[in-house]
Amino acid sequence: MGLTDEEKGMLDGAEGPAVAAAMDLLVRYGQALDCERLCDVRNVAGTMTQPSPVKARLVSEGGWNRAFAVINLDCDDDLEIPDMRVPTCQLQHGFGADAAGIVPYPAGNIALQTDAEAFYGRRGVSILATCTPYQVGNIPVRGEHCAWMESSAVIYANSVLGARTNCEGGASTGAASLTGKIPCWGNHLDQGRHGTHLIDVRVPVNDFEEWGMLGYFAGGVAGEERPVITGDLGRPDLAELKHFGAAAATSGGVEMYHIPGITPEAPTLEAAFGPAAVPGATGYGPAERRAVYEALNSQGSREDVDFVLLGCPHASVEQIRRAARALDGRRLSPGTELWLMVPRALKDVADRSGYTEVIERAGGRVLGDSCPAMSRAAPAGTRVFATDSAKQAHYLPAILGIEAWFGTLDECVDAAVTGRWRGELK
Amino acid sequence: MITIRGRAVVPGTAEGEALVSREPISGWGGIDPARGVIIEPRHELFGRCFTGKILVFPSAKGSSGWSGFFQSTRLLGTAPIGMVFARVSTKSALGAVVTRVPAITGLDADPCEVIKTGDWVRIDADRGVVEVRPVPPP
Repeated sequence: MGLTDEEKGMLDGAEGPAVAAAMDLLVRYGQALDCERLCDVRNVAGTMTQPSPVKARLVSEGGWNRAFAVINLDCDDDLEIPDMRVPTCQLQHGFGADAAGIVPYPAGNIALQTDAEAFYGRRGVSILATCTPYQVGNIPVRGEHCAWMESSAVIYANSVLGARTNCEGGASTGAASLTGKIPCWGNHLDQGRHGTHLIDVRVPVNDFEEWGMLGYFAGGVAGEERPVITGDLGRPDLAELKHFGAAAATSGGVEMYHIPGITPEAPTLEAAFGPAAVPGATGYGPAERRAVYEALNSQGSREDVDFVLLGCPHASVEQIRRAARALDGRRLSPGTELWLMVPRALKDVADRSGYTEVIERAGGRVLGDSCPAMSRAAPAGTRVFATDSAKQAHYLPAILGIEAWFGTLDECVDAAVTGRWRGELK
Repeated sequence: MITIRGRAVVPGTAEGEALVSREPISGWGGIDPARGVIIEPRHELFGRCFTGKILVFPSAKGSSGWSGFFQSTRLLGTAPIGMVFARVSTKSALGAVVTRVPAITGLDADPCEVIKTGDWVRIDADRGVVEVRPVPPP
């Protein structure tokens, strides 16, 4: 891989040992990709503060300097971690102190994360604490090269915003934060952004649940490649595209998609495929739609629901309002809990707007920073959960060993109020 | 002995028993780093342990936590000893780097077809060679 003089200097230690270690990781990573060069980035979204048993051990051995060196730079040397070279934010992580007493979550993790926030905040890491940085002020512009983690954020940044980022990891974002560099590969290149698969939608897709199911289907069809979606589509809003992308990145490894006439790099169907011919279409009709619904609902048999989870990816203000409206004047079943996961900055908006009060009066909770999957935490004794998120329905059974139901917001609220799952595909 | 050729993702050599997945593998939400086991319920390798094996798979899927979870297997002593994958992505490339095990991709045959679970495999990533000694049929 070719390096500029500036990059060679970093590698040789001109900017200190931590930057040298970061550049060493980028070189090894770039060679692993068979990549020719690095590109400049000034927008990094990674993870440093999320507690884990490995991290707790490293911190006890050598503080946060050691944890960052090993986990975020893949380096075993003793390093002083300097200020972030470029704007860097922390994505979702564990639960904070305000979740104590609500979420069964170790107090030691809360303390570890609080300590981490202080360490990294002093070095210029903005603690956005959400899987949706684009909902709370980090909105890259079209064409901007970024180094983001979080598959649902990566697909949103590439597809909806037209920014350019691969699906990075903890070490590559750590190295990018200290160098402002990332391998110029994949989604950073024009030829890595054109569509590869055409999906023709033959059933109406016009609400949050439908967009999530279509995303789950698209990920199965396209795998790690780039689906182009046409057909019977309503005009999607932020929440629907957030759900679509999160689902496509879950069932497959989709990091980029196009919807001609909607997403910025596909003014037309032909443009979505770049120089390549438009391929034959895979249909998404009633049978495919039902198969997706059944796959997402194949991980449950008991109809008594202990737990309802909303806000995956973290809810928008509009979704919080919709949840509040659905819960207004109702009361959760005594055996059922409902959590709505939100970016902390939007929790403030929800509090001021009265949405939180309505949800809490019904017995629900509005929680920032994390989610049950990230923190491996659900209400004590949960055996069956329901969610409106295809991504969470996919992952949480594996992570927590519980059963799952997937449906609409109204079906989830009904389950929370009655303690029974009565959802069905309309 | 079967030989297939590709390119190094992470240099080095490793030799051991293969664990082969025909399906892509998830890191976060797909493996338990504490035990080195595949935990995705509907996965063909559900419940299987990859510790000390050469992990052969088509590609990495799912969360960007892929590399971090495989890095944790290294730090917890449950890592595979090598990786062979058909298609490279940022997840699998970075994952192999931070797991610090020899890894090969870009092979001239589909490794998930050529190699069977239980086969004895030797990776020489520096030369870009995977040697496979098939396990005799029972």
